[in-house]
Amino acid sequence: MAGFDESRPIFLQLAEMLEDGIISGAFPEEGQIPSITEYSAALKINPATALKGINLLVEDGLVYKKRGVGMFVSTGAKEKLLHKRRENFYVNLARPTAQEARALGLSLEELQKMMERGYKDGDRA
Amino acid sequence: MAIELKNVSKSFGGVHALSDVSLSFGGGKIYGLLGPNGAGKTTLLNIITNRLYADSGEVLIDGEAAPGRDRALGKVYMMAEQNLFPDSMKVKGALKITADFIPSFDLELAMELAQKFGLPMGKKVKALSTGYSSILRLVLALSAGTPYVIFDEPVLGLDAQHRDMFYRLLMEHCGGGGQTVILSTHLIQEAAPLIEHAVIIKGGRILRDASAEELTGAAHTVTGPAGLVDGYIAGRQVLNTTAIGGLKTACVEGEPDARVPAGLEVSAMGLQDYFISLMNEEDAK
Repeated sequence: MAGFDESRPIFLQLAEMLEDGIISGAFPEEGQIPSITEYSAALKINPATALKGINLLVEDGLVYKKRGVGMFVSTGAKEKLLHKRRENFYVNLARPTAQEARALGLSLEELQKMMERGYKDGDRA
Repeated sequence: MAIELKNVSKSFGGVHALSDVSLSFGGGKIYGLLGPNGAGKTTLLNIITNRLYADSGEVLIDGEAAPGRDRALGKVYMMAEQNLFPDSMKVKGALKITADFIPSFDLELAMELAQKFGLPMGKKVKALSTGYSSILRLVLALSAGTPYVIFDEPVLGLDAQHRDMFYRLLMEHCGGGGQTVILSTHLIQEAAPLIEHAVIIKGGRILRDASAEELTGAAHTVTGPAGLVDGYIAGRQVLNTTAIGGLKTACVEGEPDARVPAGLEVSAMGLQDYFISLMNEEDAK
């Protein structure tokens, strides 16, 4: 199982993993997600940490609890996440990329060409 | 419901092994007991389990002081340092005899775990390799089923695969909140994600007793050009700094600034880094 990056809290990284799973379809809407104990054992993390990570998604209405059964992905969760991630895209990725390009002395045109190349390569990958 | 130590002190021939230690372990949490070699970790655990007597102070188990504590001790299982089974006893026999002595012991689980680890059931206990000898003791502790389980350096002599397996099984079988676990280790990096509450001990004194989150949130590291880093750390409590060429890294107490100057990189501190900084700071005193 993928390791965690030391520099950020594990519960945030777990929440992101779960979100990625919902976006990729690994956890389909109305499908069950693994339990706290399963996450805790598989990732070798404290159950309280696993609970905290999953609770972030519960608070956002992305997953919900069925008493005595487990946790399930809410209907509409994927769309909600895509919306959130797209909003974050500019701030977290587009703007820093443009800033770095400027620092390296790349023109806007050169940056655009690179983005085109990356977009096409991404299609192939 | 807790194991409580109140002002416990212990000396060996004039050397203070524990000085005025007060702690509480409970709530179905997983505790990390962290400290360098000779810090007093094993002495503390031996006092909890009555293998040693404190010079002063007291230990309560679920509120029971001695002599009622002898009965309460049945609630605590400490992973043995050695296998003390009769020479002719086989692994299977060792599991069965443990089940006879500990009412809460889950023999079925022990058999299952032994199989997962590849422990040879028909082999004599004394003929086991160092690694498998440790694994047997781990399997017994994981299956004990007592409200309190203590592991003292549980993964010594285990290879990477078996250490990994132990951490998973510990979370699976003891992480559900029904058992309070004390994990004494100096392999902090590996154990850090498992630990909810950390107790840091050195020279017989408790240096920190707080949630792991609190400890690692209490400091951060900042890296960048020396001039920028110096500007950032001015007026702050700095744990330590390292420099390579013009690049400088500083460990700083407190939360990072909401706005970090461009060119500086801020990252959270792992439990191991925090531990090392704390030890360096103590050594410098």
